[in-house]
Amino acid sequence: MKGFVSLYRKELHCLFASPIFYVVAFTFLIIAGYFFYSNVAYYNIVSFQASQNPFALKQLNLTEMVLRPYFLNLSVVLLFLAPILTMRLYAEEKKTGTIELLFTYPLSDQASVAAKFSAVVSAYVVILAATLPGIIFLHVLSEPNWKVVLSGYLGLFLMGTAFLALGLFTSSLTQNQIIAAVLSFGLLLMFWVIGWTRSFVGEEFYRFFQYLSLPSHLDSFTKGVLDSRDIVYYLLFVLFFLFLTLRQVESHRWRG
Amino acid sequence: MIHAEGLTKYYGSLTGIEGVTFHVGQGEVVGFLGPNGAGKSTTMRILTCYMPPSFGSATIDGLDCFEQSLQVRSRIGYLPENVPLYTDLSVRRFLKFVASAKGVDARKLKGEIDRVVAVCGLDKVAGRIIGHLSKGYRQRVGLAQALVNNPPVLVLDEPTIGLDPTQIIEIRKLIKDLRGEHTILLSSHILPEVAQICQRVIIINGGRIIATDTPANLTHQLQKSALVSVALAGEASPALMGALHDLPGVVSVKRANDHQGRFIVETDHTSDLRPQIAKMIVERGESLLELKLMGLSLEDIFMQLVTEEKVQEENSS
Repeated sequence: MKGFVSLYRKELHCLFASPIFYVVAFTFLIIAGYFFYSNVAYYNIVSFQASQNPFALKQLNLTEMVLRPYFLNLSVVLLFLAPILTMRLYAEEKKTGTIELLFTYPLSDQASVAAKFSAVVSAYVVILAATLPGIIFLHVLSEPNWKVVLSGYLGLFLMGTAFLALGLFTSSLTQNQIIAAVLSFGLLLMFWVIGWTRSFVGEEFYRFFQYLSLPSHLDSFTKGVLDSRDIVYYLLFVLFFLFLTLRQVESHRWRG
Repeated sequence: MIHAEGLTKYYGSLTGIEGVTFHVGQGEVVGFLGPNGAGKSTTMRILTCYMPPSFGSATIDGLDCFEQSLQVRSRIGYLPENVPLYTDLSVRRFLKFVASAKGVDARKLKGEIDRVVAVCGLDKVAGRIIGHLSKGYRQRVGLAQALVNNPPVLVLDEPTIGLDPTQIIEIRKLIKDLRGEHTILLSSHILPEVAQICQRVIIINGGRIIATDTPANLTHQLQKSALVSVALAGEASPALMGALHDLPGVVSVKRANDHQGRFIVETDHTSDLRPQIAKMIVERGESLLELKLMGLSLEDIFMQLVTEEKVQEENSS
């Protein structure tokens, strides 16, 4: 991992110097804010009605009505924005030719893959952290279940790293950023809808596809359940795509 | 220091370079000369471990470019063609990355950056974003990143391309100053530049090396005839030119286009006929303004080699 630290710092500088990050963060936060507001507003209306109806009062649940839909909504927004965040990582270097510098400095390929991935994950954590004020606001006005909040954010973080690892891989395939983004979005969408195949595949296949599907593993996190299967799934997903990226980058050294 | 042995590179069915073999000794400055697309950049990319050769091997400081890539890369400073740079970073920030990537000790980092900034004359623009710099400054930043950590071998791909004349002179001077402590391989298609800076020239065309020697030796070897330029005050009479033609050793006498009284006497390589020519002109009562021996320029040699190569190819095919 020779040169990881220097590469990581360079990547962070490049990430935060480019307008892409700010546009993605801005868009994500606006949409996140909208979903948060609409969920809380809906909860408000229902709680007003419940004040006259003691039976409905029992059904009021902040986790089920605000937090869970909020996390699920964010995961969909992320599906659209993660490819934009990752598309430039290798593609831009190939296009501008700086890859020639990167490959002729005494830096290992592992370090370059790890540094690029860590940098983009750091940027993602910054964006995710920027949604926290909403939760604090909720905490002031009500009593959210903090364990659900934490596990929800952990789920979003893990799912996000999976998106970013796949995006890093598609970026290493091409020198065109648009192609990298479209490929990564397409692949993510495939992993998204693969769990919707119950009606036309057998039960056995369905369970297998269900396990491969990206969103099906987020569900338990949003309920406050930490299932080791889900954590292992996301970690394997990340490792698999990082491995593919490394192979792709290394292939440059021996391919004729 | 640099050993290339039978380097061959195919791009699909196209041949980039074929059987390129050369050696560069410690502290030598060698120019790589060739028209565009001759294979200069391909060779340099192989030497700097950017890509592998299809066949052949390259070693730097005894280390194989393919097998011991990391060690080789820590010994070379490379200025790629077109000078790719991280345009979003400031000059100092970029050099800081380069220095730490090349393994400069954290405590010496600032000193090393200050050194290359000073050597390349970047003091005024050190804080500016690279994307906002002029072409000349970018070229210098490119050179600065190659010099970081004082690598023993420098590989510079067209270091003066796209610069204005003053900048070219500055960069050449910079390279001349680096002679001695560094082994330098530089490519160019500007011939006088190579003649000025380099001790040895490798001429490459169509992916093959066609000549390797010092600029002076190349001139000497290829000069099959000597040309004497003569200028008279008035117009040269046909009688005088006929008489000159009859001198032993003269191959031809031709009128020059630019000046009515100027003509060129081509003689064979062995004899210097200047005294006889001068004597004959003065004896005939003409007033002689100028008499000089014309050497072949590197341009002529280059053209000669490249065209000879083509003629040979046509003959063989």
